[in-house]
Amino acid sequence: MAIDILIAEDEPSILESLDFILRRAGWSISSVTDGDAVLDVVRRLRPRMLVLDVMLPKRSGFDILKHLRADADTANLPVLILTAKGQQQDRRTAEELGANGFVTKPYSNAEVVGAVRSLLGEDARPA
Amino acid sequence: MLSADFVIATAIGYVCLLFVLAYIGDRRARINQRSWLHSPAVYTLSISVYCTSWTFYGAVGNAARSGLEFLTIYLGPTIVFVGWYFLLRRLVRIGHLYRITSVADLLSSRFGKSSRLGVLVTCIAVIGIAPYIALQLKAVTSSIQAVAGSSEFGQGSLRGIDDVGLALGVAAGMALFTILFGTRHVDAKEQHHGVVAAIAFEAVVKLAALVAVGIFVLYIGGGFEGIFSQAAARGVVVDTSASFDSRWITTLVLSIAAIVCLPRQFQVTVVENSNENHLRVAGWAFPAYMFLMSIFILPIAIYGLTVMPADANPDMFALTLPLAAGQNGLALFAFIGGFSSATSMIILESIALSIMVSNHIIMPLVLRFSRPQFGEGQGMSRTLLVARRFSIMLILSLGFFYFFFTRDSNALAPIGLISFTAIAQFFPALLAAIFWREASLKAVTAAILAGFVTWAWCCFLPSFESVSPAVSQLLAEGPGGISWLRPEAMFGLDGWDPLAHAAFWSLSVNVLTLTLGSLLTTPSALERIQAAAFVDVFKRPSLALRGVAPGSATATDLYFVAERVLGERRAAALFEVAARERGVDPVLLEPTPEFVGRLERELAGSIGAASAHVMLSKVVAGADVSLEEMMQMADETQQAIEYSQELERTSAELRMTAQKLEDANQQLRQLDSQKDEFLSQVSHEVRTPMTSIRSFSEILLDGDQLDDTQRQRFVSTIHQESLRLTKLLDEILDLSALERGEKNWTSQAVDADAALDRAISVCDALLRQKFIRLDHGQRAGRTMIEGDPDRLCQVFINLISNAVKYNTSSNPVVRISSALRAGNFVAEVADNGPGIAKGERKLIFEKFSRGRRGAADQTGAGLGLAISRQIVNRMNGTLDLAPSTLPGACFRVRLPVIRG
Repeated sequence: MAIDILIAEDEPSILESLDFILRRAGWSISSVTDGDAVLDVVRRLRPRMLVLDVMLPKRSGFDILKHLRADADTANLPVLILTAKGQQQDRRTAEELGANGFVTKPYSNAEVVGAVRSLLGEDARPA
Repeated sequence: MLSADFVIATAIGYVCLLFVLAYIGDRRARINQRSWLHSPAVYTLSISVYCTSWTFYGAVGNAARSGLEFLTIYLGPTIVFVGWYFLLRRLVRIGHLYRITSVADLLSSRFGKSSRLGVLVTCIAVIGIAPYIALQLKAVTSSIQAVAGSSEFGQGSLRGIDDVGLALGVAAGMALFTILFGTRHVDAKEQHHGVVAAIAFEAVVKLAALVAVGIFVLYIGGGFEGIFSQAAARGVVVDTSASFDSRWITTLVLSIAAIVCLPRQFQVTVVENSNENHLRVAGWAFPAYMFLMSIFILPIAIYGLTVMPADANPDMFALTLPLAAGQNGLALFAFIGGFSSATSMIILESIALSIMVSNHIIMPLVLRFSRPQFGEGQGMSRTLLVARRFSIMLILSLGFFYFFFTRDSNALAPIGLISFTAIAQFFPALLAAIFWREASLKAVTAAILAGFVTWAWCCFLPSFESVSPAVSQLLAEGPGGISWLRPEAMFGLDGWDPLAHAAFWSLSVNVLTLTLGSLLTTPSALERIQAAAFVDVFKRPSLALRGVAPGSATATDLYFVAERVLGERRAAALFEVAARERGVDPVLLEPTPEFVGRLERELAGSIGAASAHVMLSKVVAGADVSLEEMMQMADETQQAIEYSQELERTSAELRMTAQKLEDANQQLRQLDSQKDEFLSQVSHEVRTPMTSIRSFSEILLDGDQLDDTQRQRFVSTIHQESLRLTKLLDEILDLSALERGEKNWTSQAVDADAALDRAISVCDALLRQKFIRLDHGQRAGRTMIEGDPDRLCQVFINLISNAVKYNTSSNPVVRISSALRAGNFVAEVADNGPGIAKGERKLIFEKFSRGRRGAADQTGAGLGLAISRQIVNRMNGTLDLAPSTLPGACFRVRLPVIRG
């Protein structure tokens, strides 16, 4: 069973809101709350894309991204980085590591949906 | 009669007292520049070293023999101090400015820094003073013999010792004491504050002694009138008519010259002077002192002639009169007074002479043959001290030998005048040195030499008449029968008083040679510079200080020197400015004296005056390096070493300060980055609840497809997240207030265990809700600590709720205990949760660092432990992790107990 989006986010309420808005947009969603689990779950579920929080317990989002890009299987997986720090330095690091999108918390729901849609290569369409 | 042993013991005791005085004076002068040692009174008293035993004993004898003639010896100095104040002031100024150390030094530096002139003046001074030293030895010897008398009892250990043996003993003792007094160390300025203090003390003693004898004589003699009428009744005639003859004028002139030129007078008046203004006081106080010294002389002399036997030595009246009246105590006091006059003269005179001998004769020889390295300041001053000690022994030996050869002459005063005549030979040269620009080195040297030779022939030689038949034959017939060369009747000038004769010829030859010689010779450039510096000392005091004559040096030579010392840029600038002033090309610049002077001053600023002078002297042909300069260089090298050590110390301090600054900077940078980190953390912590709030608000605003349950849930999430946000902001403010040092912090005695109980009861509901068992450990009971009760309770609540929040055990337990340990209240909160990972044990007390959460529902911002630790620290306690009996974490609060 292939899913569209894997969400890696440790804050329960944020995860809930992401889950809600992305499902509402019509994608299938799976989620993970700690850094160690992300790589496994990606390999197992083979999502079309990954929404990745930077501040994850046990393993940081940037570290996970580095591993994804180093692995040929996942080198091309679209990754949308979420961060609550909102600093230029984080955005630059994300770009250098090969992130495909970057969204700062607090985000507007439309912004996240738009970014996910463009990363999935889907045209704007009614939900 | 007094016992000779007793008298000698008293004298030795007195000298020891002087030594102690000098020692204390030296130390005080070193410690405190403003002490009484630098007062005009001490200065004036030290000048009265002029009054020697010649004054003390000899003046009485002189008055008995020649009437009022003795007064001239006081009149001359009075004229100088009252009327010729300008002369002394000029000498003192010159002495200070050019660091003059003696008459020889003054004349040699004025006349082109001539070392030969220095040697000549020194030799003459040493020979000329020998009779004067002999006079003191004779006076001391006679006075000891006078008080001891000739009785078996009085002789004591002196039995079998004649006056020569006694004089030798006195000379040896004096030499020893002078060496101990005056040559303990070398002072660059040749000032001996301790010695001066002792001399001043002696001045008081001798004045008091003579006045005491005078009053005693007046008392037993029935006042002035009584003494004079008794004398008239006995037919004693003292010539009080004050005949104004050639001898009067001679002694007056000689004493004028002596008060300025005598080595010891020059030493106390010029060299030891610490303040020019002291001369003002000395100007009236010294004549007053001499007046007091002289007022009783005539009564003592007349009374002595009246009552003492005809064969009594009038020189010793001051001693023998009290003795004859049975006043042994007064006689002893008078002896000490006379002894004072003699010792002060010998000590100071031989110190002054030894400075001259060592500086102008011995050290140049030592330097010539040993070529010491510069910077051997220590070795140099030791050599100098040895030279001085040797000189002192030499001087006293000469004095002793003179005494030995002329011991048959009885009177004291004529011996002193022989010395005065010798020393007076410096006077014309000295006056010319400071007033007459045209006076030249050659003329001055010739004049002093001619005057000295005349003196030796007319005055010194005749004093050996009584011991040498050859001399008496010479006196009678002249050398080889040439009668017009007879020492006491030169060129047919027969029938004059021998002293007046000798003084007339020697000074005439001296002055004539000086005047004619100066008019006929041309002074060298260096002489001219020094002449201007000395003569115009008040007009242009900065002029040509130790200037070097340009001589044959070219501008190029000078440039090389300047470049080496000043560096290329400054040297070039200096030469260019000078060239521009003269409107010539720098290469064609003539090295004029002004320019060389300016260059020397510039160099002096870098390497010290003496070194600059030496350096330029080497470039400028001809000029030698004098001892004085060598000394000063050694001195300055020492200063340079001290300066560089000081510099090193300062730069070490500077390095330390820089290091501290660097550390402080480092700390600030660290704090700054901590602040950045903190803000970034705050930003993160605020953004997280904001994200949920915003996102769910937008979902709710969209308004579609939401059932009531969902809507309810989202609204409740928004509410919770707002609460979390509020709590977070509260905690941040709380923490920052604690870190800043909160104002409304109450500090009072608190029962810590009660605060723990209160916290437990607050957390009770939470514990129940989570089904956590509370394990009650041992409790300390009522324990008072100092602090804020609510804050302490807050700490315990925080620890207990953490233990609850992070406890993931299936059978969760929290154990709370407290105890008294080593004066501390210790509370522990333990749990059986996962514990704190090793790497996080330090981190958990930092802001925003939650332990890696196991429980998903923990909502703290990670500030709780940081706040708790701040609170406990403010109560002088500690909060840390402790080993636990349970598998999880154990937090321990430790607070100092104030009373049981």
